[in-house]
Amino acid sequence: MEFAFTEEQEMIAETVNGFFAEHATSERTRAAMAGEGIDRALWGAFCTELGMAGVAVPEALGGAGLGLVELAIVAQAAGGQVAAVPLLGHAMVARALAAGGSAQQQAQWLPQLLSGAAIAAFAQAETVTEAGGALSLVADFVAHGALADLFLVAAGKGAWLVERNAAGLSVSAHVTMDQTRPLATLALAGTRAQELADPAAALAAARATGWIVAAAEALGGAQACLDRTVAYARERVQFGRPIGSFQAYKHRLADMMIEIEQARSAVYWAACALDEGSDEAPLALHAAKSFAADTFFMCAGNMIQLHGGIGFTWEHDAHLFFKRARALQSMLGNGNWHRERIAGMILGDAA
Amino acid sequence: MKLGFSAGDEAFRAECADWLNGQMAGEFKDIKGITTLTAKAERRREWEQQLGAHRWGCIGWPAAWGGRDATLAQQVIFAEEYARAGVPGRVNHIGIELAGPTILAFGTEAQKARFLPGIAAGNTIFCQGFSEPGAGSDLASVRTKGRLEEGEWVVNGQKIWTSLAHISDWIFVVTRTGEGSRGPKGLTFLMMPLNQPGIEVRGITQINGDAEFNETFFTDARCPADSLIGNVGDGWKIAMGLLAFERGVSTLGQQMGFRNELDGIIAAARANGAAGDPLIRQRIARAEIGLRLMRYGALRMLSNTDHARIDGAALTYKIQWASWRRNLGELAMDVLGQAGEVAEGAAYEWGMLPNLFLYSRADTIYGGTNQIQRNLIAERGLGMPREPRGDL
Repeated sequence: MEFAFTEEQEMIAETVNGFFAEHATSERTRAAMAGEGIDRALWGAFCTELGMAGVAVPEALGGAGLGLVELAIVAQAAGGQVAAVPLLGHAMVARALAAGGSAQQQAQWLPQLLSGAAIAAFAQAETVTEAGGALSLVADFVAHGALADLFLVAAGKGAWLVERNAAGLSVSAHVTMDQTRPLATLALAGTRAQELADPAAALAAARATGWIVAAAEALGGAQACLDRTVAYARERVQFGRPIGSFQAYKHRLADMMIEIEQARSAVYWAACALDEGSDEAPLALHAAKSFAADTFFMCAGNMIQLHGGIGFTWEHDAHLFFKRARALQSMLGNGNWHRERIAGMILGDAA
Repeated sequence: MKLGFSAGDEAFRAECADWLNGQMAGEFKDIKGITTLTAKAERRREWEQQLGAHRWGCIGWPAAWGGRDATLAQQVIFAEEYARAGVPGRVNHIGIELAGPTILAFGTEAQKARFLPGIAAGNTIFCQGFSEPGAGSDLASVRTKGRLEEGEWVVNGQKIWTSLAHISDWIFVVTRTGEGSRGPKGLTFLMMPLNQPGIEVRGITQINGDAEFNETFFTDARCPADSLIGNVGDGWKIAMGLLAFERGVSTLGQQMGFRNELDGIIAAARANGAAGDPLIRQRIARAEIGLRLMRYGALRMLSNTDHARIDGAALTYKIQWASWRRNLGELAMDVLGQAGEVAEGAAYEWGMLPNLFLYSRADTIYGGTNQIQRNLIAERGLGMPREPRGDL
């Protein structure tokens, strides 16, 4: 038992934190927001120069062969800068392929995903009609869906790969509140799809990865909200004193830190439990996703309040965090849904 | 980063569990499952001595002083198995977790030889004399006076909230020895025997009807000149160093007690149908999450040797568990409904869950109120300006 980063994990953290802090600047993120919602140069550099796109993909499949702890470190760093990158869908699909793809499917797609040549998105449909290897379905709220080259489509117990240019596929982009991760609707009408070799393993890997990435991103975002608000509390003077000297202000900062430290425990407990195959992993995942997203939203809301008027302006970055936090709360199961899963484990199913 | 325990650690876990379960099924069957610190005081002292006789009293201490030089993982395991076996809380927890580590860190060799064997053997029970009627949150305002007179310290004044003073042998006291001094300067840390004519202990009845806390009056109370820890005037430094020990491994044992309380709520909810209420289900899930995060938070703080990095995070622990437990008490009463308002027998005595509801109101007060904790977190954890004093 050693619930602390190893030296290697510390180094990864330092590297990725430095990378996102230097490159995922407010200016670049805002340029992405005004465009298609992605900083393609940043994502390209992440995949090629930093070489982190396969951090939690086995070495035999071209990845770094590390685990979800390392992936969480990366996602936390990206979340800390609200970086406009398609990391969430990418990590879900890459790990689903590694866990449940055939050798041929892995060989066809993983090199393209890991090099950044292809962007992947995860799409969940309520229902699907399948006829002779062709799918018809609609999947709403696909993150970065409008610019994906490859979709992992989930419906019921099935999981398929569908290429962007497949016949009968259409994508409609939505104006999205969080412009750093725009949502799209994917529609398939008799579209040829490749079923994954082991759909159950693929979907389990995709969901667990998604929850970890979302939770870690939320942790990074929450910490950034606190750090930036602390900096503001030192420099902003009212009534002849820094506003951070007022107890009403200090106590809100303290409340943010109390939640963030728990969220940090949650994220790395879940990542580590999953890496170790612990029995606690399912509970830990639900705890991490719900707790970290709620923490991020609480911190982002406080960031706006504690900045006063400037925090409500488009010019200030607070709204980027606030909107990202709200989006993370709703995606991949909201907090009540995750907590009900935990209640079911403890109390049995609801009457 | 690693959560699993080694095979050697798991063997140690089995050894702890075997011994503890054996005791709770045998000689000390009568104290199993007691949830207050005050019930069966004499038997609780005998239990401290039994732990000491088998070197289970303070396993994290050096072997030379009655400990086992236990690793962090072993201390975690012992704390968990201790609570899992239904063993009641340690009436000498102040001696084991505060007085002993303080003497190890700041005491002379002679003081170590004088006090540590007795604490380790369960023969010397300590209590803590910090708070006063006029020095609660503002601990540095203590007024209890100490002066050196013919080779002895003579102490006059009053301490309050001295938990378990009525069953303790010794008390460590923060006294004002600097004539005319104010605030944290001029304080001295003394070890005093409780059983002497100059000290009177009076119980304070709490809202749950129990009396764990006391007022302790000092009227020309005495102890030898070499009873001070550190130097004259070092009292504040030592008291603060001691508070740092409070976030040690003991928190993990405390959490196992919380586990028992949450399990009691879960059982009650299943029994009376509250488990079908979606809002109760959400709150139970939140409580479960909070408890797990407390465990991993403590493991994170204990695993991290880089104190500069973790000290800020460690500041959040007290308010986190105290608030969690107060919420748990409220959840307990919502699950129990009016049945929670009625005592089982003829006396004003409460079962685990109603008692949790009442007692947990103290958790957010003692050891630094939630308001003081937030100040500490903001000032020491986040570098915000300190609160101004009105009198210095």
